[in-house]
Amino acid sequence: MRPFTLSKPSTISQAVSGKNEAVRYIAGGTNLLDLMKKHISEPDALLDVTTLLSDTVQSAPKGIRIGAMVRNSVAASNSDIRSGFPLVAKAILAGASPQIRNMASMGGNLLQRTRCPYFYDITMPCNKRKPGSGCGAKDGENRMSAVVGYSEHCVAVHPSDLCIALAALDASVIVTGKDQKAIAIPFKDFHRLPGSTPEKDNNLPENAIITSIDIPANAFNKNYAYLKVRDRDSYAFALVSVAAALQLDGLRIREARLASGGVAHKPWRWYEAEQFLKGKEATQATFSQAADIVIKEIKPLSNNGFKLPMLKGAIEVALQNCLTA
Amino acid sequence: MEKQTYSRRFFLTTSSLLATFAFIPESVKAFYSNVKKLVIRPKEELRFLVTINKKKYRINADSRTTLLDLVREQLQLTGTKKGCDHGQCGACTVHVDGQRVLSCLTLAAMVQDKNVTTIEGLADGDKLHPMQQAFIECDGFQCGYCTPGQIMSAVACVNEGHTGSVEEIKEFMSGNLCRCGAYNGIVESIQKVAR
Ligand SMILES: Cc1cc2nc3c(=O)[nH]c(=O)nc-3n(C[C@H](O)[C@H](O)[C@H](O)COP(=O)(O)OP(=O)(O)OC[C@H]3O[C@@H](n4cnc5c(N)ncnc54)[C@H](O)[C@@H]3O)c2cc1C
Ligand code: SF4
Ligand code: FES
Ligand code: FES
Repeated sequence: MRPFTLSKPSTISQAVSGKNEAVRYIAGGTNLLDLMKKHISEPDALLDVTTLLSDTVQSAPKGIRIGAMVRNSVAASNSDIRSGFPLVAKAILAGASPQIRNMASMGGNLLQRTRCPYFYDITMPCNKRKPGSGCGAKDGENRMSAVVGYSEHCVAVHPSDLCIALAALDASVIVTGKDQKAIAIPFKDFHRLPGSTPEKDNNLPENAIITSIDIPANAFNKNYAYLKVRDRDSYAFALVSVAAALQLDGLRIREARLASGGVAHKPWRWYEAEQFLKGKEATQATFSQAADIVIKEIKPLSNNGFKLPMLKGAIEVALQNCLTA
Repeated sequence: MEKQTYSRRFFLTTSSLLATFAFIPESVKAFYSNVKKLVIRPKEELRFLVTINKKKYRINADSRTTLLDLVREQLQLTGTKKGCDHGQCGACTVHVDGQRVLSCLTLAAMVQDKNVTTIEGLADGDKLHPMQQAFIECDGFQCGYCTPGQIMSAVACVNEGHTGSVEEIKEFMSGNLCRCGAYNGIVESIQKVAR
């Protein structure tokens, strides 16, 4: 690690005014310190935001507000989240390990960086880490990489599980920028596709701080599922994951949500399949057709063709699991 | 064998060079160290207090020091182990305010005002913690390297109430890897204490 100064801003406005390109906020530190040890991130200064940002969950009729500093494990066991937004708790518990979930903050989880092996190895080319150096994964070791929404400049995936549930539930991210104004960024616009600027993971304004995550009240708390397929049963990143949620009138689907991790540079919503499911009967045949619509969209790379049948199966099973949740 | 000899010329050049170095004015040396500071950031020394196993320590450490390096290298509490140093193995598991965390991804300076417990703080004097006793009785280890982390995690697993079934124990112990594969003994130890 390169030496850095460490300080604790006492107000949000102090935090954002003290932030610049060479300064990083540190919350749980589970991603940042790892990247600093590997010389991928080399800040001159850290701003410890652990006591600055909210660590409470506030529930209101129009939805729930989760403070950016709520630890992942605390969110997963919070009773309001478990009853109103259980998909979120499920997704969190599918990620990392109990120790890491005790440390990881909700805000930090959104901003964790890709696990692409070339990004993590500073001797390798990687446009995300070093713009212009090339993409090692595109024609290299890409079994974990994207199958949709990628560009010739970057084929990495976003590694979060939590974010897949937040995308499915149309959450929004509340941030305060340099101008000291709080704004809400809809989740679908929070993360971005790589295009020709893969060094940017998201649309968080420069130097802004995340203060909370809002999820609007919804009726997706009865029939939902989070399915994660990975190399080992636990403590591994997703090959593919599926967040599914249905609102049912008897057997008829009133509303459906379907999102995936491990497939794109951002949490990916399958809007076309959601639209298809609307109004249909919740049967195995319907689910299978929805999965076919999903896999029509995807274009695997040289080493991740297995994700196509894997995704088809995962979508079908996740939708089926919604009925028994 | 040839005897090593030094020529008069060699002696004169080296000694005059050494003399020149010795007489470089302080101002030039200061300039050099300033330039060095621009290229290589100086380390940042921090002073703070930590509480580990109910004992307070006054710490003087580089800002980069992790909690793991602090306990092992500065406080000689070497029970906590370094496996991967990147959050991937659980060998460095300790408790901070009663919660299990990874000390390799925790900055030491960020646990001031908190209570840290390491494996050394678990026993009650000569009396082992029930989990330590169970690990011995159930063969919860082989080489023992992962064991301090396993035990810290196991104690938390019981406190959190994640002991409903073998599957639940395995899932909530998945953050601790064991290269020897002592997993069955570890699960048994936890069941024994949870009962
Ligand atoms: C071995 C391992 C396995 C893992 N497995 C999984 C997994 O399976 N699924 C999964 O989803 N995750 C997984 N993770 C990732 C983990 O969930 C993230 O590292 C964690 O959520 C990051 O949160 P943090 O608070 O520790 O962030 P930090 O490391 O503190 O920060 C991460 C980034 O966010 C910035 N930041 C933090 N908080 C704010 C804020 N409020 N406003 C603005 N910027 C902020 C920091 O500057 C930094 O750039 C794993 C991590 C490890 C080490
Ligand atoms: S996929 Fe993205 S992160 Fe991976 S090597 Fe290519 S540019 Fe880097
Ligand atoms: S040493 Fe900390 S997790 Fe491996
Ligand atoms: S006992 Fe050897 S690594 Fe676990």
